[in-house]
Amino acid sequence: MSGRLARLLVRGLPLAWLVLFFLVPFAVTLKISFSSPATAQPPYLPVIDWQGGLEGWREFLEALDFQNYRMIAEDALYRDAALSSLGYAALATAILALTGTPTAYAMARASKRWQPILVALVIVPFWTSFLIRVYAWIAILKPEGLLNGALMKLGLIASPLPILDSPTGVLIGLTYAYLPFMVLPLYAVMSRLDPALLEAAADLGAGRARAFFTVTLPLALPGVAAGALLCFIPMVGEFIIPDLLGGSDTLMLGRVLWSEFFSNRDWPLASAVAVLLLILIVGPVVLFREAELRREEAAEGRGR
Amino acid sequence: MPAPLPPTAPLLGIERITKRFGPQTAVDGVSLDLAPGEVFCLLGPSGCGKSTLLRLIAGFETPDAGAIRLDGADLTALPPHRRPVNMMFQSYALFPHMSVAANVGYGLKGLGLSRKQAAERVAGLIKLVRLEGFESRRPETLSGGQRQRVALARALAREPKLLLLDEPLGALDRTLREETQGELRAIQRRLGTGFVVVTHDTQEAMALADRIGVMERGRLVQVGPARDLYERPASRFVAGLLGDVNLIEGRLGPDEPGGLRTVETALGPIRASGEGAAGAAVVVAVRPERLVVGGADGLPGTLQGTLVEATFLGDRIRSRIRMADGTVLRASAALPATGPMPGVGEAVTVAIPADAARVLSA
Repeated sequence: MSGRLARLLVRGLPLAWLVLFFLVPFAVTLKISFSSPATAQPPYLPVIDWQGGLEGWREFLEALDFQNYRMIAEDALYRDAALSSLGYAALATAILALTGTPTAYAMARASKRWQPILVALVIVPFWTSFLIRVYAWIAILKPEGLLNGALMKLGLIASPLPILDSPTGVLIGLTYAYLPFMVLPLYAVMSRLDPALLEAAADLGAGRARAFFTVTLPLALPGVAAGALLCFIPMVGEFIIPDLLGGSDTLMLGRVLWSEFFSNRDWPLASAVAVLLLILIVGPVVLFREAELRREEAAEGRGR
Repeated sequence: MPAPLPPTAPLLGIERITKRFGPQTAVDGVSLDLAPGEVFCLLGPSGCGKSTLLRLIAGFETPDAGAIRLDGADLTALPPHRRPVNMMFQSYALFPHMSVAANVGYGLKGLGLSRKQAAERVAGLIKLVRLEGFESRRPETLSGGQRQRVALARALAREPKLLLLDEPLGALDRTLREETQGELRAIQRRLGTGFVVVTHDTQEAMALADRIGVMERGRLVQVGPARDLYERPASRFVAGLLGDVNLIEGRLGPDEPGGLRTVETALGPIRASGEGAAGAAVVVAVRPERLVVGGADGLPGTLQGTLVEATFLGDRIRSRIRMADGTVLRASAALPATGPMPGVGEAVTVAIPADAARVLSA
């Protein structure tokens, strides 16, 4: 194989992958989001008439409109769902950062013998189906479930707390399911920190707490940011957790999308919601990249 | 030159300290006293336990036995952040996310200084290490020598009575190292802080230290001023570590009045100073520059040899001389003021002055 062909393959394959599995499906979704629902197969109009020539294309393009987006903008349901999705994701990300940071810190400070075992323990849940693991939380959180049972046995509460089918249930589920995605990047950053830095802090009179807040945490911030992004993005579109643990009142975009698609069979509206979701998610990624670039530029600027 | 003895109240007192890592004994029953304001160098090859000893003093390692005292107060059980000693790390361990000034001032928290006092202290230290104008720079933007000075200023910020320095000049290139040695000594003299310096570089130890402690496999094998160690090494190991040395094997003769002994070697009898049981297998150690080469006929103990190599080094000639039995001796002599250099293949005489020869156990 010639070098040029190899280079072409190396560069072309990821591009082909992106085009085939991201760009094309997105184009299809985008097109459907501009269509109108119809009782037909497929359940939307217009469809492209491949034999119609230029005239056919003109008719097709004229039939597309922003009707679905107008509906999303006018109906408070979608706005509320979007806001509440962002709210749940933001709150859960904050909880994850607060719980994941000490977890990763403890792992990074554990002895070299224990570290691989602790990492394995974080990863082990992935070997069970995500759906089943979330389902198991129903048994824990339901009124007569393990958690309420234990709390009542301990005499801490008199009657079961309504955790299942509540926002609390959703937050517990999100925190549980996404903790590894927060812990692993944080652990990766913290375990690579030069141990001499913490020794230097201790040598200069800093106790463990001061050393953590002035040395470990600032240097682990890139890990916190990576973990936050890794959790925030999929949580905005999360469907299974709000559906199983949130009850019928929990409003999240993933659920709205699901019900438009499967219950109402309104593919065009569901597609418009999907596009909206994508925009909501791309936003923070772009902001994050911008901030990263600015920081790198600032660091380079200092170097000159 | 007599060894300056530590006064009765040492600054640092290490008593039979031992540290094991699994089956390995890194530091093996080391005892040592340090005078206030003294610069003490721990010298030895890598893995001899010198860095572990330094980390034991700093508190990063807990000893399995023994005690460490500073000014009479027992430090042994104190965690590092409560010990009134500071350390300059081999890698410098500067905080990469902080400016030079923030690095230097990091240790000032909790000393009860006002904001103004702390700022003044930082400014004074930055002046001391000649880094004015670099206060707001990050360590990554500094050169190796500048980083080294930030590390020194940071370690001095808490005004420790004792500063521990782990290979302080190891990361610098040769020319910068010699310049920095002088600077380090000047700062030390000005502040009067006691220094314990770990190094594997003999020249560096000689340039910096009031006293040198040689470590070998976890033990402190000899302590003294550089010259004592160089001229009167206690073992082959110390003799070789401090500089180039000729080692001639032989058998020790009987005790004689006057302290000198005769050692029977393949080169013939050699007069040397030292102790040992008559008949013991020993080596005679002679520094190359103490061999007297050339027209030394008539001196007692003059030996015959052939010059096999002579290298002109500007200020001296380094030569190799093959003796009658095949032993090759290395000599290093100052250039004769006039006259030709001896030629390779020429017969030469070699004399070993008795005060230059030292008996060491084989």
